[in-house]
Amino acid sequence: MRQRVGWTAEESLPGRGEVLRLQGVPAQLDLPPRIGALLEAALAAYREIAEPRALIGGISREEFREVHRGEGRNAPETPLETVLAGAERLALFVATVGGAVTTRIHDLFGSNEPALAAMLDSVASAAADRLTVLLGALPPGPEGGAGANGARALAYSPGYCGWHVSGQRALFAFLDPGEIGVTLNPSCLMEPLKSVSGVLVAGPSGIHRFAPAYPFCRECRDQPCRARNAAFSTS
Amino acid sequence: MDILKEIAASLERGEDDRVAGLVRQALEERCAPLDILNRGLIAGMDVVGEQFRKREIFLPDVLIAARGMYAGLDLLKPLLAQEGVPSAGRIVLGSVRGDLHDIGKNLVAIMLKGAGFDVLDLGADVPAQRFVDAAQEHGATVIGLSALLTTTMPVMKEVVELVRARGLAGRVKVIVGGAPVSEAWAREIGADAHGYDAANAVERVRALVAAGA
Ligand code: B1M
Repeated sequence: MRQRVGWTAEESLPGRGEVLRLQGVPAQLDLPPRIGALLEAALAAYREIAEPRALIGGISREEFREVHRGEGRNAPETPLETVLAGAERLALFVATVGGAVTTRIHDLFGSNEPALAAMLDSVASAAADRLTVLLGALPPGPEGGAGANGARALAYSPGYCGWHVSGQRALFAFLDPGEIGVTLNPSCLMEPLKSVSGVLVAGPSGIHRFAPAYPFCRECRDQPCRARNAAFSTS
Repeated sequence: MDILKEIAASLERGEDDRVAGLVRQALEERCAPLDILNRGLIAGMDVVGEQFRKREIFLPDVLIAARGMYAGLDLLKPLLAQEGVPSAGRIVLGSVRGDLHDIGKNLVAIMLKGAGFDVLDLGADVPAQRFVDAAQEHGATVIGLSALLTTTMPVMKEVVELVRARGLAGRVKVIVGGAPVSEAWAREIGADAHGYDAANAVERVRALVAAGA
């Protein structure tokens, strides 16, 4: 069963701190007025044109193992294998903030507004990431809202945690998210650009903890995961 | 303050709205367009770039200054072309085939233009052959390639191989960058340089040009 989910732009709006982090602006900085004004203008543009939506579908563990195997290019060992062992529910998802944002960013670059373009890019990136949090908080249902019985649902995505990005093909074949307007190009890039995909894994929060000591963790730039797993770090 | 210093200072202060007006004033005061470019716009952007490298200012500040720089540059370009003034170097830039992501590449283009390079931006989703064709056609000595995903990185190798196959190696240098791209990857495919971020890309391109690209 698959479920289409939609949000207002306002609901998907990311926190200002997260946007500024993507812009490389330190959280503790007294925000100069010109940067503050840019941020507000970018948030306003996002509110006006974003169309956040997602497709989510429950999947059994066995089916997911097949999807995860993808084209056989994953790392020899990945944390998902262990995480899966304790999972109560799984749901595949594809979510997007829509294509109009990317078009606007492009137009802004073309009309000599690079600062606003880059700020809007960060707003849209952070918003796309936020959609996975919103999906994880959906009430449990037959379609795969994953957060049941106080369980914690976290997203894992192709391109992260040793799951090769070519795994996007198997995920798209299973979920078929054309109806929300997201397609995959031959390089496994999703269009619209500001889209995310993956599996939501719900279970006791402990299952999501693993020592970030896999070979691919060294190159991964995803800091929140490191923070979450810091207590388990062996380094 | 002399007008050229004033131009540089307004870029440094992020007063982007003033720059075009000051450039116009400098032209009226009969300053040479090349002086306005080098001692006004590029001097200002150099300071901005340096402050960014030292983390005294941040990406939005650089881009606000870049907006001012472009407004000024638009006024100077036709005059510089009339006088046949050469740029700091010509570079062909783009995101490789299959890659529609272009924000990183756009930032690199902005910083390179700010440093006085003539940037031919081919956009996103650019096949290997177009990079090399464009470099030959426009006499560029550097090709800059950007990629977002590991799946599009092999196109970078295609470009390096094509540069060699056409006998351009040494004359046309290739610099690669993007989130999943590393120094090790650049070495593996035989690229001439890897740029970690936009500021670093400028340093690396400068070095490539100085080394006789
Ligand atoms: C010519 O010389 C040069 C020199 C320097 C050059 C250069 C050329 N080109 C670039 N540079 C350099 O200078 C620029 C300016 O400083 C920089 O350019 P960038 O383009 O890198 O930087 C931009 C200005 C800002 N940076 C970014 O926009 C990317 C930042 C990170 C965190 C990131 C973000 C924000 C996003 N993402 Co995603 N994302 C990551 C990134 C990890 C990271 N920390 O880099 C990366 C790129 N993402 C990744 C992945 C896997 C994905 N993302 C996805 C989605 C997203 C968001 C939508 C949430 C968001 C926006 C994406 C977008 N590009 O618009 C998915 C794909 C999206 C799609 N459309 O297909 C998805 C596939 C995940 C999923 N399954 O949903 C990873 C790719 C790994 C890989 N092996 O290919 C990734 C490296 C994260 C990781 N695992 O560490 C430098 O790289």
